[in-house]
Amino acid sequence: MHIAEGFLPPAHAIAWSVASAPFVVHGVRSLTREVKEHPESTLLLGASGAFTFVLSALKLPSVTGSCSHPTGTGLGAILFRPPVMAVLGTITLLFQALLLAHGGLTTLGANVFSMAVVGPWAGYAVYRLLRRFDVPLMVTVFFGAFVADLSTYCVTSVQLALAFPDPSSGFLGALGKFGSIFAVTQLPLAVSEGLLTVFVMRLLTQSSKGELTRLGVLVTGGRKRAGAGADAETEAVAR
Amino acid sequence: MSRNAKINALLLFVVAALAVLPLALGLGDHKEEPFSGADAEAETAITEIEPDYEPWFSPLYEPPSGEIESALFALQAALGAGVLAYYFGLHRGRRQGELRALAQQDTAASTTSVPSSKASTSSRSTENSEDSRGSGSSGSPQGSASASVPSAPERT
Repeated sequence: MHIAEGFLPPAHAIAWSVASAPFVVHGVRSLTREVKEHPESTLLLGASGAFTFVLSALKLPSVTGSCSHPTGTGLGAILFRPPVMAVLGTITLLFQALLLAHGGLTTLGANVFSMAVVGPWAGYAVYRLLRRFDVPLMVTVFFGAFVADLSTYCVTSVQLALAFPDPSSGFLGALGKFGSIFAVTQLPLAVSEGLLTVFVMRLLTQSSKGELTRLGVLVTGGRKRAGAGADAETEAVAR
Repeated sequence: MSRNAKINALLLFVVAALAVLPLALGLGDHKEEPFSGADAEAETAITEIEPDYEPWFSPLYEPPSGEIESALFALQAALGAGVLAYYFGLHRGRRQGELRALAQQDTAASTTSVPSSKASTSSRSTENSEDSRGSGSSGSPQGSASASVPSAPERT
């Protein structure tokens, strides 16, 4: 999903930066408000950012014979709502752009838009939707993280197809090309990310019940049992 | 092994299996460069679509070798893993401290407060903690441990 430095035409680079900026600004506001109102959240915020750091550093082999990495943005989006992830995701992307030559400053806007804006929002939307239908928590977490990961890579494919339409088959042809590189490769990784997010969320339900309840992830009185994790498991294996 | 631990182990096992299977099954064998990064493949696709496209900006800093790059990636993962481990370790310690404080209260039939020497050996009281290097607990152990929300340390 990292569009390499200089690989978006200037107009596109500027447009995506303009599109991402308000989300990041709004995210900084929500983040500072969260820390001010609930200083006890700071650690968990740090842990959410850390999760993104770990996962986006893990390059995993995929069925297509290439490697890609998860994003880790689903967890924070579910815990703290997506705006916060716009900031945490941007920090991760900046780290990679500046130190690893992975992604870049000119493509930061586009990469932020896919990984730190659309991914978290899409994952969060799926999570909220499933929660409405009384789906067990861990299943909603799995699909939230799964969608956050996969949608990120779909957006990247669209961004590249818009910038580089195929001379013969146009935008759709290019979308197919980039989609097969990114989205297909990402499918098993999105499953992995879903499972890892469920794993961390299970640890959190054991260690930080009070905080998860305050954040509305755990409903008071609503038991969260291991069975749901197993459900997500079988779902994932079945896929 | 509790049911909980079993499920967690199973989750991690499936993740590991998903990562190892493509390698074990040789799914990259049809490629010139098996298991290259998808990001690099996208660059190749761009140059296929637009052969004369030139990147108009280059990274300010590029790791001089693959070794340095992998070191920085490892650093990124280590930073993240360290913070996560700190979080879970801290909370586990707090919970143990709470349980211990409760147990002490149960055993202490008298209403006297815990001697300070004991309090310092127990990991942490239910009250807030400054940091792992903080001077332990302050004040008398309180009752309902589960309800108290410890404040986070300054550092993240």
